[in-house]
Amino acid sequence: MKIKSQKDFWSGLMFVATGLGFAAGATSYNFGTSARPGPGYFPFGLGILLAVLGALVLFKSLTVESEGGDPIGHIGWKPLALVVAAVAVFGLALPRLGMIISLPILIFMASLAGDEFKLKEVIVNIVILTVGSWLVFIKGLNLVIPLWPSFMTA
Amino acid sequence: MDLINNLVLGFGVAFTLQNLFYAFFGALLGTLIGVLPGLGPVATIAMLLPSIYALDATPALIMLAGIYYGAQYGGSTTAILINVPGESSSVVTAIDGYQMARKGRAGAALAAAGLGSFFAGCVGTIIIAAFAPPLTELAFKFGPAEYFSLMVLGLIGAVVLASGSLIKAIAMIILGLLLGQINTDVISGVPRFSFDIPELTDGIGFVAIAMGVFGFGEIIANLSRPAEHREVFTKDVKGIWPTRQDFKNAYPAVLRGTALGSILGVLPGGGALLASFAAYTVEKKSKGKAGDVPFGQGNIRGVAGPEAANNAGAQTSFIPMLTLGIPPNAVMALMVGAMTIKGIQPGPQVMTSNPELFWGLIASMWVGNAMLIILNLPLIGIWIKLLTVPYRFLYPAIMSFCCIGLYTLNNNNFDVFMAAGFGVVGYAFFKLGCEPAPLLLGFILGPMMEENLRRALLLSRGDWSAFLTRPLSAGLLIAAALMIVVVSLPSIKSKREEAFQEEG
Repeated sequence: MKIKSQKDFWSGLMFVATGLGFAAGATSYNFGTSARPGPGYFPFGLGILLAVLGALVLFKSLTVESEGGDPIGHIGWKPLALVVAAVAVFGLALPRLGMIISLPILIFMASLAGDEFKLKEVIVNIVILTVGSWLVFIKGLNLVIPLWPSFMTA
Repeated sequence: MDLINNLVLGFGVAFTLQNLFYAFFGALLGTLIGVLPGLGPVATIAMLLPSIYALDATPALIMLAGIYYGAQYGGSTTAILINVPGESSSVVTAIDGYQMARKGRAGAALAAAGLGSFFAGCVGTIIIAAFAPPLTELAFKFGPAEYFSLMVLGLIGAVVLASGSLIKAIAMIILGLLLGQINTDVISGVPRFSFDIPELTDGIGFVAIAMGVFGFGEIIANLSRPAEHREVFTKDVKGIWPTRQDFKNAYPAVLRGTALGSILGVLPGGGALLASFAAYTVEKKSKGKAGDVPFGQGNIRGVAGPEAANNAGAQTSFIPMLTLGIPPNAVMALMVGAMTIKGIQPGPQVMTSNPELFWGLIASMWVGNAMLIILNLPLIGIWIKLLTVPYRFLYPAIMSFCCIGLYTLNNNNFDVFMAAGFGVVGYAFFKLGCEPAPLLLGFILGPMMEENLRRALLLSRGDWSAFLTRPLSAGLLIAAALMIVVVSLPSIKSKREEAFQEEG
């Protein structure tokens, strides 16, 4: 059997797996009856429906020809990893190190993800964005965001 | 003439110096928070609730209302400029608005959105004044079965938003509905799919999904392309103002959007959100002129129609809140909260017991809309300047604002992590050719849909046929089924496309 559309094949698989996963998870909640539906009723039905639709997509990807096999193409691992890591590190760092340190880390890591990295520009960007965020969010909108590291304020 | 008397009373209240100031302040604040992705009106109004104690009820509500539609407007600005819908109702605006911006027509898109919204706002105000009492009767006729069917229709309508495969689009809606199931069950109080993570028992934040999938996912997708193929904006910005042709194209869309929005806004539950989706559907289905830009590639009607609809819907969604005390969305729920803080019991009696509040609020909506247009048209030039910033400066800035916004949602880094995860998911969707807009709509409507389905089944004692035997509900479901048939029939589709070309 030959896969005729890469994109559809993998998205079909994703829908089937997610649908079955939700349906399986829903069985641990009370299903109830149609007259008295429990918390598991709606997610179970939806999960099955999603799996069925996913199977349809999967079936189509194996039978219907598509132009050039609809390849997924090259995956940008570097920007994917760096952008996601930058956001996650920011989440970890903000409550501990404050905005004054975590925002520059975020911007630095994010800038590495691109292919036009110039240290000087990045530093300028960091200064502008950090000061700007401080002015807008902390000064202007009075939001409760830790600015300095927690060990300095404690 | 009751209508005139009422409006005179209302404008008398709205045009006091104090109330004008609060309307302006609300609109300004609303625009600001709308433009900053992630900081939504709900968070802002929640933060401002304590300060309301010091204000009288009328100026307090006028200010909150100003924030509400200011944010609607600001949300469309980010949707058009950076493809991050600041508000759920501007999800569709992003589709064609962002494409227009990329072609150097951001000014025209922003102006169309602004003028369309203003027109719709004026009409919406008159409609509220004229029809508030009779329109509530219509909303009374809706039971859980009708709500459920209405949402099915709304969701099916959303699949025409996706230009790709129909099955995949429906699957994305259901995936969105399932993501909306991660919460605490409203009826039994059982936490579902939370894996014992306390934050998940409140559900995933809409903003975390929107920013992850549309914000971070898009950035990853852009960066993984070689620089020369990158989807950025053209450097040549063609004028700030829409051309005469733009006006000609846009005004019928504004009229249709206003009509649709005014009607759908009254229905509690959907309001502005459903209105904008429905308006986009209508625009996409209605005949265009020869040489029009196709939808999804920057058609001005795809911006003007939904924007008018969502503003009209935002206005008329005050009707159920003011007359029935039923908040149609989170912002309205907070406004109900604010009214209770001020000792006003929301409900049908407000119109008679507090006429200056009721009509003053309605008149101030018009005032607020006028202020928004005064405020925003000159700002368009500044927004456009923003677009000439090279992408390598822009995306770290977008990420910074998103991350700070995510953190401040709940003052918790959990939403930041969720959005990081959804960034991966968003990139996967992009690679697999699954369009995320329907997912977002499913996610928002999911919990409401389940509640109404279960209530309807309880009322009918488990009889599913209730959805088809109640005439209103049946009509809505038949309309949904017809839509699927129309979209999926390849012969009709290709015939339509041919027809479009031949007329040219």
